[in-house]
Amino acid sequence: METTAVKPQFSEAAQAEIKRLLTHYPDERRKSALLPVLHIAQAEFGGWVSPEVQNLVAEVLDIKPIEVYEVSSFYTMFNLKPVGKHVLEICRTGPCMLRGSDELTAHLERITGAKVGGPASADGLFTLKKVECLAACGFAPIVQVREKYYEQLDTPDAVDAMLSELRNQVHRPALPWEETGLPNALANN
Amino acid sequence: MGRKLLTEHINVEGIDTFEVYRKHGGYRSVEKAIKTMTPDEVVEEVKKSGLRGRGGAGFPTGMKWSFLAKPEGVPRYLVCNADESEPGTFKDRQLMSKLPHLLIEGMITSSYALGANTSYIYIRGELLYVLRILEKAIAEAYANGFLGKNILGSGYDLDLHVHPGGGAYICGEETALLESLEGKRGNPRNKPPFPAVQGLYARPTVVNNVESIAAVPVIVNEGGDEYAKIGVGRSTGTKLISACGHLNKPGIYEIELGLPVEEFIYSDEYCGGIWKGRELKAVVAGGSSVPILPKELILKTAAGENRLMTYESLSDGGFVTGTMLGSGGFIAMDETTCIVRNTWNFSRFYHHESCGQCSPCREGTGWMEKVLHRLEHGHGHMEDIDLLVSVAKQIEGNTICPLGEAAAWPVAAAVRHFRHEFEWHVTHAKEAAQPGAVYRANAVLV
Repeated sequence: METTAVKPQFSEAAQAEIKRLLTHYPDERRKSALLPVLHIAQAEFGGWVSPEVQNLVAEVLDIKPIEVYEVSSFYTMFNLKPVGKHVLEICRTGPCMLRGSDELTAHLERITGAKVGGPASADGLFTLKKVECLAACGFAPIVQVREKYYEQLDTPDAVDAMLSELRNQVHRPALPWEETGLPNALANN
Repeated sequence: MGRKLLTEHINVEGIDTFEVYRKHGGYRSVEKAIKTMTPDEVVEEVKKSGLRGRGGAGFPTGMKWSFLAKPEGVPRYLVCNADESEPGTFKDRQLMSKLPHLLIEGMITSSYALGANTSYIYIRGELLYVLRILEKAIAEAYANGFLGKNILGSGYDLDLHVHPGGGAYICGEETALLESLEGKRGNPRNKPPFPAVQGLYARPTVVNNVESIAAVPVIVNEGGDEYAKIGVGRSTGTKLISACGHLNKPGIYEIELGLPVEEFIYSDEYCGGIWKGRELKAVVAGGSSVPILPKELILKTAAGENRLMTYESLSDGGFVTGTMLGSGGFIAMDETTCIVRNTWNFSRFYHHESCGQCSPCREGTGWMEKVLHRLEHGHGHMEDIDLLVSVAKQIEGNTICPLGEAAAWPVAAAVRHFRHEFEWHVTHAKEAAQPGAVYRANAVLV
C-alpha cells in the first residue's frame, strides 16, 4: 500500500466532532464510534484511508490497529487506495440496470477516460466505482458523489450537467463539522 | 384516494423543521403517551393496531416489543434500522429526508413504551446527507424539550443518536446491525440469544424498521383499534411501496393495504402503467430477495382471484405461485427484460454482499453468479439450469442469517417461472450473448 511521509493529524474541527461523537456511546464502548470516525477520516484525508490514517483512528479510539483494518476492509465505502478528486459511485444493481446503468457506466468511462475499479482519470479528477444499490431505485440510474445523489442520469445532458458541476468545484463543499465557507485546510482537493 | 397516515404532510413547505411539523400536529403522540399513558398501555395500543414490521419480515411489532426482557437496573435499547439497501426499496430514505421529525417522534414514543433511555438510528453510510438532516432535527427536538432529561416534565429521560454504517447490505440484518453499531464487521450473530434478551452491548434491545417506528405516532394518536380498521385481515394500516423499474411513474406511494396489484400498476393515481406503452412481463413485489412472478401470477392468484397488496394475498400459493410483500420494493419489468440477465444481476448483488461467515452462502452465492454469468453470456449448458436450483436449495436454511435465503429465492423462482428462457439461452447461445437479446414469448406457468 501507498504510504505518506508525515504522520497525519485530524484538524481541530474534526477533533471536536470526534469528541462529540464519543458522547453518543457508553464510556467503555468507544469502539462504537469507529465507523463514524472512519467517515470523518476519509473526508479529511483526500477521500481514502491510508494505513497511517487508520492507525491514527485506532489511536484516537484507543483500540488496536487491527480492529480498524478489519472493519475498513469489510465496508465498501472506505477506499483503501488513493482516489481522484471526485469518486463517482455508479449504482449497478437490478432496478438501475433496468433503467440503463450499464449504458451510463460505458458513457462515463468514455468521457472521463477512467475505468471502473481502476485508478483516477489522467487529470486526477474522477475515480469511477461501481456500487450495489444506493436506495434510490425510483430515480435510476444514479451516481453518488460524496454526500450528493445525482439522479435520473439517463440522458447525455444530465450526465454532462453533473460532470460540469463537479469540474467547476474549486474546493469541495465544507463538511458540517468544518467552518462553512473556508477551503479545507488539508487541501485534499 | 387511499388514506395517507405517514405521508399526509410530506409536501408541506418546511415540514422538516420542528416549527412547521409541530404546527401540523407533530409530537402530539409524545405528549399523549408520556402524560396520559403508561409504557405498557402504549405497547398494548401497538399490539391492537396489528402493525407488522415494515422492514420485510412482517412480524407483529407489538408482539416483538412484548418479548423485550426487562431486568431491573439494566439499560435497554431501541435501535431503528435505517440501513435500507434491498434493491428495489427506497422508501425509508425519502421518509427520513422529508419527514425527519416523524421518525424522531416515533423514536421518542416507542422508546418511552420500551423503557429505553438511549436510542439509536442506524442509517446506511451512503445516506450521510440524510444523517445531517436527522441530526439537525434531533437538535431541534432537544431544544424544545422533547429529548434529553425530564421530557415534558415527566421525569423520563431519552438520548437519541444517529449512527452511520459503511456500505454493507448485510448490516440490515438486525444482529449484523448491532455488531456494526458496536464498531465491528457486520457478521450476523447466532440466535438465540435474541436481541430482545441480549442485543446491543449484550443488553435487551428492540430493532425496528424506520417505517414501523414512523407508524407508532399515528397508532398512539388515533388508537390501535382505529388503525386496525384500515387494511384487510391481518394486513392492517398503510404501507409505503417504492415502485421502480419500467413504470410510467416510479416513486414512493403510501397505499392502504388491500389495494389490488393491478390498480397499483395501471391506475394513474399510482404507477400509471408500463412505460413506452409496453407490456408487463414480470414483477418482483417486495424487494430483490422475494420470488419473481410473471405478469399472470402477480395480477391474479393461481385460483384466479385478484391479487391484493397484502401480506396474505401476495404470499398466496406459497413460493410455487406466490411471493411476499417484503419491504414493499416493487420492481416492474417490461417485455424487453431478459430474466436471465436480471437474475444474474441480483445474484451478483448477493455474492457481493455476503459477509462470508457461512460457507453455503459465501461459496454458493459466488457459484450461482458464475453459472448465471455463463448462461447469460452464451456459454451455458442445459445441466447448468438444474445446477442452479440445486445450489440454491443447498444455501437455503443452512446459514446463520436470512441472506442465504435472500440469495437463493430469486434464482429458484426465476428458474421456476422462466425455465424456457434459461433453456433458450443455451439453445440460442450466440443470439443470447448479443447485448439486449431477449426471449420474447409469454411466460409458461407452473
